[in-house]
Amino acid sequence: MEYGSLAFQALAATIKIVFMILGFLMPLASILTWMERRESAMMQDRLGPNRANIGPFKLWGITHFMADAVKFLFKEDFVPPKAHKFLFMWAPIMAMAPALIVAAIIPFGPPLCWNELLEKNPVCGQPINLQIAQLDVGLLFYFAISSLAVYGATLAGWASHNKWAMMGGLRATSQMMSYEVTMGMAVLGSFLVYGTLEPGAIVAQQTHIFSLGHYHSSWGIFLQPAGFVLFLTAAIAETKRTPFDIPEGEPEIIGYFVEYSGLRFGMFFLGEFLEIVVSSAIMITLFFGGYHWGNTIDNALLSHLPNFVFVLAMFGLWTVKVFAFCGFQLMIRWSLPRFRSDQLMRLGWQRLLPISIANVVATALVVLWAQQ
Amino acid sequence: MAVGVKVVNRPGSLAQQAYLPAIAEGLGVTFRHFVKNFFGNVTGNRKKTDIATMEYPEEKMKYPERNRGLHRLMLRDDGQVRCVACMMCPTVCPAHCITIVPEEAPDGRIEKRPMIFEIDELRCVVCGLCVEACPCDAIRMDTLDHAKPTYRRVDAILDKEELMSRGIQSTAVQGGVGAFWRERVGGQPQTPPAGAVVPAGAPHGPTPLRDHGHK
Ligand code: SF4
Ligand code: SF4
Repeated sequence: MEYGSLAFQALAATIKIVFMILGFLMPLASILTWMERRESAMMQDRLGPNRANIGPFKLWGITHFMADAVKFLFKEDFVPPKAHKFLFMWAPIMAMAPALIVAAIIPFGPPLCWNELLEKNPVCGQPINLQIAQLDVGLLFYFAISSLAVYGATLAGWASHNKWAMMGGLRATSQMMSYEVTMGMAVLGSFLVYGTLEPGAIVAQQTHIFSLGHYHSSWGIFLQPAGFVLFLTAAIAETKRTPFDIPEGEPEIIGYFVEYSGLRFGMFFLGEFLEIVVSSAIMITLFFGGYHWGNTIDNALLSHLPNFVFVLAMFGLWTVKVFAFCGFQLMIRWSLPRFRSDQLMRLGWQRLLPISIANVVATALVVLWAQQ
Repeated sequence: MAVGVKVVNRPGSLAQQAYLPAIAEGLGVTFRHFVKNFFGNVTGNRKKTDIATMEYPEEKMKYPERNRGLHRLMLRDDGQVRCVACMMCPTVCPAHCITIVPEEAPDGRIEKRPMIFEIDELRCVVCGLCVEACPCDAIRMDTLDHAKPTYRRVDAILDKEELMSRGIQSTAVQGGVGAFWRERVGGQPQTPPAGAVVPAGAPHGPTPLRDHGHK
């Protein structure tokens, strides 16, 4: 097959999509469901689920996620009699799909050089970008699609014909709308610094961890520390987890998925973890250099390994970063108490939004000053 | 609106209002615990962790010495049941879960003994009154075990043989020491007054009334 032909591109894209979803997102999100319980247990001096096993293979109970899936499969799939059947069916998919779609713009490795797979230090005449879709609007696409996730929660709440679910759906809506503004503003800073919205290009620039000489190619965390904190806060609020789990308070309104059972509930559950993975990956992309590990390590790997091994190694390192960041998000979830609804709104509109606007203005001034 | 809103001012420093230092501190605490427990657990060195979990079927919590557990019937020196079917325990039992059918004992000095002695462990409220009531240390609850789960209710009713299977010989002197118990507890060996009936086998000298297994 010829490089660059339509068939080649289609095949490459298909392989990338299948790999990303089945090989990375789904397994990682599933493992996170177990990891969350285990990690929280370790933080609280407990042991956590460590029993599930396949024959003699126990692996610290990692197969609990399979046991969960089997359990969800065999549970009754209850649909309330007065529910809106069609929307009730679609809401879990609406909640889960955006996270999967957004993953399309995440670069997960350096370009693979098609005609120089075995060469060290390739010229890379025929690169295959390890990123499903290279969109110039990149991050805008992320906002556009991830804000669709709110429909999942809202429709679930509305279609269930349950007042508590409805309240949960409304709370989810107000929360996600409020925090999207901050999120957009936080990313604007990164946009100003790197001069592009395309995640692949943003990552490609972050070759140094931190260097004053090439401040343009430092990691985002050093150029936009305030932006990182703002984005992190907003991203956690978007995943609707503690400390921002207003839409699902167990002692008060339970949540927008109160009427869901079986595999449909499982989809909400998994969707939440998919959002964690994807938002971690986006944060790695914007603020922690994507697949880069600093100039020295990158160059050493590049010049000593055949190209495809180099790409695999970088992908492995990227996975480690994403995994660690997911762990960090879980840690936040199990360390902080939850906000009240009005505190949440005050934090979003009166604190984070002004700070994020100030951050954009300050960044713009510094960039302007640096250019002159 | 008639609803009054009381605004509570909570002055705090900028650091407090920004949440971040407190968040970092909290994350530090949880992270310390996580690292300690995680590495202790991965290296198989549970001693070095703070984990309080007991992995139940494999590890069992030892009950305290004075725990009231499953009943048992104590034995005489010759291995017979020590109970004299005095009916004290079924009388005092608030749950009415002790069933005794007495019969005549072949040994004329004992008179009575239980033919049937059953305790329904499902109805028992584990109050320990039966043990308190027993005049001759025949029933005890110091097995340091709990009633076992069963598939059928009837299996939770323990009969005489089962209760005796956990029994041991009591250290209390069989037949009692009669009117001289005060002196015996005081540790003063005494010759019984003339005409007193001393039961056979009653040892002389100070005897601990019960052996609780104290160290
Ligand atoms: S422990 Fe209490 S309830 Fe149980 S058998 Fe003895 S007296 Fe009855
Ligand atoms: S109180 Fe003691 S001696 Fe009397 S019937 Fe109960 S177990 Fe037997």
